[in-house]
Amino acid sequence: MEGRLVLLGGGSSGVSTTESAVLSKVEVVSEACSYPAESELELGLGLSLGGGGGSTGNTKAANSSWGECGRILTAKDFPSVVSHRTNNGGSSSVAVSGTKRAAETESVSHDSGSPTGVSSQVVGWPPIRAYRMNSLVNQAKAQRGDELESGIGEKDKPKDALKKKLDYNGKQTSSATVNEKAYLGFVKVNMDGIPIGRKVDLNAHSSYEGLAQALEDMFLRSANSAEKEPLTMASKLLDGSSEFVLTYEDKEGDWMLVGDVPWRMFVGSVRRLRIMRTSEANGLAPRFNESNDRQRSKPI
Amino acid sequence: MQKKTMYSFPDEVLEHVCSFIQSDKDRNSVSVVCKSWYEIERWCRRKVFVGNCYAISPRMVIKRFPEIRSIELKGKPHFADFNLVPDGWGGYVLPWVVEMAAAYPWLEEIRLKRMVVTDQSLELVAKSFKNLEVLVLFSCEGFSTDGLAAIAASCRNLRELDLRDSEVDDLSGHWLNHFPETYTSLVSLNISCLGSDEVSFSALECLVGRCPNLRTLLLNREVPLDKIANILRHAPQLVEFGTGIYAAELHPDVFSNLAGAFSSCKELRSLSGFWDAVPAYIPAIYSVCSGLTSLNLSYATIQNPDLTKLVSHCRSLQRLLVLDYIEDDGLEALASSCKYLQELRVFPSDPLGAEPNVSLTEQGLVAVSLGCPRLHSVLYFCRQMCNAALVTIAQNRPNLTRFRLCILDPKMADYQTLMPLDVGFGAIVEQCKDLRRLSLSGLLTDRVFEFIGRYGKKLEMLSLAFAGETDMGLHHVLSGCESLQKLEIMDCPFGDKALLANAAKLETMRSLWMSSCLVSLGACKILGQKMPRLNVEVMDEKGPPDSRPESHPVAKLYIYRSVSGPRLDTPPFVWTMDEDSSSDRSSIAIRFSRGGRAIGKTE
Repeated sequence: MEGRLVLLGGGSSGVSTTESAVLSKVEVVSEACSYPAESELELGLGLSLGGGGGSTGNTKAANSSWGECGRILTAKDFPSVVSHRTNNGGSSSVAVSGTKRAAETESVSHDSGSPTGVSSQVVGWPPIRAYRMNSLVNQAKAQRGDELESGIGEKDKPKDALKKKLDYNGKQTSSATVNEKAYLGFVKVNMDGIPIGRKVDLNAHSSYEGLAQALEDMFLRSANSAEKEPLTMASKLLDGSSEFVLTYEDKEGDWMLVGDVPWRMFVGSVRRLRIMRTSEANGLAPRFNESNDRQRSKPI
Repeated sequence: MQKKTMYSFPDEVLEHVCSFIQSDKDRNSVSVVCKSWYEIERWCRRKVFVGNCYAISPRMVIKRFPEIRSIELKGKPHFADFNLVPDGWGGYVLPWVVEMAAAYPWLEEIRLKRMVVTDQSLELVAKSFKNLEVLVLFSCEGFSTDGLAAIAASCRNLRELDLRDSEVDDLSGHWLNHFPETYTSLVSLNISCLGSDEVSFSALECLVGRCPNLRTLLLNREVPLDKIANILRHAPQLVEFGTGIYAAELHPDVFSNLAGAFSSCKELRSLSGFWDAVPAYIPAIYSVCSGLTSLNLSYATIQNPDLTKLVSHCRSLQRLLVLDYIEDDGLEALASSCKYLQELRVFPSDPLGAEPNVSLTEQGLVAVSLGCPRLHSVLYFCRQMCNAALVTIAQNRPNLTRFRLCILDPKMADYQTLMPLDVGFGAIVEQCKDLRRLSLSGLLTDRVFEFIGRYGKKLEMLSLAFAGETDMGLHHVLSGCESLQKLEIMDCPFGDKALLANAAKLETMRSLWMSSCLVSLGACKILGQKMPRLNVEVMDEKGPPDSRPESHPVAKLYIYRSVSGPRLDTPPFVWTMDEDSSSDRSSIAIRFSRGGRAIGKTE
């Protein structure tokens, strides 16, 4: 069964894309289609496709919104955002994902600043299960001698991390007590009043502002905010001037206010997040001093 | 009942014959021969597989098959594994458990994949199914160790508890203590996904010690290396074993203890775990290597030469999961040592790094395809590929059934010719006539889909990302791949045309996923209206799709066939397109009626 789509490339019917021709195009489609039983459906197809107009995009449909937006968007419409990785050349660097996706990835790449040389990440790519991805990403970071990821024990000094790469035959200093949870890229986030929890990828951000922005996008613009919360600026989540405050549970099980410790230390110790009503957050201890057994880490 | 003639079988005979027919496909064939065969078959079916829990309601399953003993359900779409499906999407098992609790008190086996399983569900399972023998929760979430405690306490006949890749809330490691002292029937335990607070080691040791039939034990990462020897000495009959973290400071005592424990396991055929493995302790498993048929080193950080040396010891290997630390050299060694290899999975050690960190290229895969005649299942992550290599692989291995290639950088061309990889993948589908599963990557035009549509007649599952140029690509697949069941697409320029032209095809498939493509809301609405046996679900976390023009592409689209209509548990970010969903009906009706044939009317 061949099922050539008659409409594509103008085709054998040679119809133009004016409105009346759209309707006659419809007839052609219904004859040529491999699913004649669906001819009613094909009619509908024809019209919607007529509105689309293939690559010409010049249809002057009666409904202007169809005419304007109905053309098939092509790669030329979108800036290159998907991958900034080095290519061996020849491959198209233009993404064809929708503008919204582009915006997301752009904000990610702005945000992360690629401290580890990692390019902007598209959600879902590469297709590696989340659990494995977290495990791999953090093994790789350790091997690149990234000192900032540890925040746990004094053993994970940069020297040891480098040593892991160069001399892995030697003593393995990381012991079984290194808490895998500290390296989880995705942590759960719950917001008071919203029953559905979400997950956010901490690896995708390099600062509190980025994280707060992502959370704002996730929760405060959700379709079903029953109570229309006044849209808080991302920074308000952090400075306590909005109705909600961002808190986290650290690996010791204590709930803390987000924002008091350097970002890397936060990433190393956060287990999950909660966007709490300010009224309930009284009594949460902001952390002033680092406890003695934490590695001193440079503020960003 | 039909009038019996002397030429017809008594029902009991047919039932007896039927009991030997295990395959679902065969049973389905039996059931459509005639009404009496349908009746007989449905009363004696004991196992049912529901590939999409929303394709049918539990009541309908129960009504047709009243005597089920074993059920398997799958929930979320496959791309949920890669964080493409937001939390709260669905896939709840509770409604199924509630119905089955009443209808199947003798249920023995429950297997769930990508479903949301709450503690409440587990408690209900524990209470309702006294004969439960097998509980497999594959990539599930939503439950805690409290739920597991309920299972442990109540399911006296439990043989198999498998939590692989599930997300479990840690509350207490003492759930293992809930297995009564009298409980000794455990055969298989997979707790590899549990975290640090979730397993009490002493309870585990006790349990292992009193279950003489234990064959499979996959520990979680937190079990330290020096505890392994004890566990193994309690269970030298193990066939399948997963270590915890395989790293510690080298102590000769610990090493020799461990090596001795492994060598006393004469039945050991499968090893996994090896988190953060260090080379120093690898030789402890040498004594079992020659008998191993399955080895999972995909969490092990060992590199060459230790890695290659280890793998070369395992001459009986049929299944190998490994990181790309194995490199081309290691794969060549594998090809010459492991002639029985059937399945190979090579994962990237640094998936997000901009530059390659290891010397693994397409050559490694070519070598294995040449050297391993039984190789039929491949998952390979790499950073470069060329058509010549793919053609060679196809010619070497026409017996491939599963081929998933992931070139890490989207849209990478053939590095030698700078051409798309159409011809290479074309060779794969053309040569490998039994290919059932295929994942593509790299630079691909519509041409590769022409090949797939023409040759991929047995293809059941196809995964695409960043591929194709126009709707013709999708059209080739939908119109050509006769056996297609699951199609998942992300970031491809496919829009309305091919989808609508092949609408009927979608009813012959289990599901279609499209995210970040160019399918308009209007097309989704049409599809939802015209195809009542499809659920057309539009997913958008930014807000209702109706707030944008109908021509606007939808963010995520999940279409699946269903005989039970739209589901009732959609979260706020999912909209089902059906007869009632169109708010723009008026404008659509106007346009259609001008042609003289209005399809705005309901049928």
